[in-house]
Amino acid sequence: MSADGEAAVAAVERVAERLERERDYLTELDSAIGDADHGGNMARGWASAAEAVRELDDPDPATVAKATGRTLMSEVGGASGPLYGGSLVFASVELDDGLTPESAVAFAETYLEKVRDRGDASVGDQTMVDALVPLVHTFKKSIEVDGLPPVVALAKAVDAAERGAAFTVPIRARKGRASYLGWRSVGHKDPGATSTLFVAESLLETARDRLDATVAPDLDATSPTVPEEGATEG
Amino acid sequence: MIGLVVVSHSERAADGIAEVAAEMGGETHIEPVGGDGRGGIGTVPDDIEAALAAVDDGEGVVVLVDLGSAVMNAEVAIEMADTEAVVADAPVLEGAVNAAVAATSPTATLDTVRERAEAAREIDKL
Repeated sequence: MSADGEAAVAAVERVAERLERERDYLTELDSAIGDADHGGNMARGWASAAEAVRELDDPDPATVAKATGRTLMSEVGGASGPLYGGSLVFASVELDDGLTPESAVAFAETYLEKVRDRGDASVGDQTMVDALVPLVHTFKKSIEVDGLPPVVALAKAVDAAERGAAFTVPIRARKGRASYLGWRSVGHKDPGATSTLFVAESLLETARDRLDATVAPDLDATSPTVPEEGATEG
Repeated sequence: MIGLVVVSHSERAADGIAEVAAEMGGETHIEPVGGDGRGGIGTVPDDIEAALAAVDDGEGVVVLVDLGSAVMNAEVAIEMADTEAVVADAPVLEGAVNAAVAATSPTATLDTVRERAEAAREIDKL
């Protein structure tokens, strides 16, 4: 298994573990403005996805993303199924030639565009887009304009997504089931924006683990570290 | 012949709507799809994809949907499928009835059937 394929499988497993831990919290958020199934749906969907990617022969990031998306489409109910799953399948082609900073940006942008088109949602509608737009834009800018290492770019992006998710609290829902509530949706954190943040945080944790394990952690390192032999390939 | 797929969050609703539309649609092939596949409320794109294949005889399929994620899952299924299909922006029951009738016309096309389905938005009940 390639190092990137292994990391991709580990990322899906990490997301599954995190969403299992957050099941009750996400359901609590969704019970305030939706149908109280987001926690269970996400936990079940990602657990199935983790199982599916573990069974892949010689996985690479693209096949892991595709298999994850297909599983989420079948296993996650509500709008989150097609939004998360369909968009992952669609964006996975950007990783066909492997995982690089450039392909990661392309993957993130394609994923965002698909979510935005499919849900017909914009920033400020109190949806997952409120976390996703700052996440993807910050990631892209950090890599393409600021020239930061991918893991640092992802850390900045996660910070931005956290602020985006928080931004859903004071605004009124204009999409999805919460929009039927009108002004009563104000004061509630959007479950989709919150789960999007959890997924991004899990990706960051996986990327950090991998960085620690493979190359010199030059973010805060004071002494040079020699990469383990063979660990940087892939 | 243009095929029809009726997608509802409820399996029983989908079955019932297809049943009503079939009364008017004669030979029109209508496939209901509903539920989350686990006995609950929801929609699953794989099931919609299978329904598209089941009613497609090469001329295309018009998909009628109820709410929210039914629209998204229908779009996902259409992207995955080899079938030429469109989602009609129409009320699901009235649209299905209109489409079923329109599909019986010998000159029916994907566009004419979808347009008839969408014309159901204008039906006054009072």
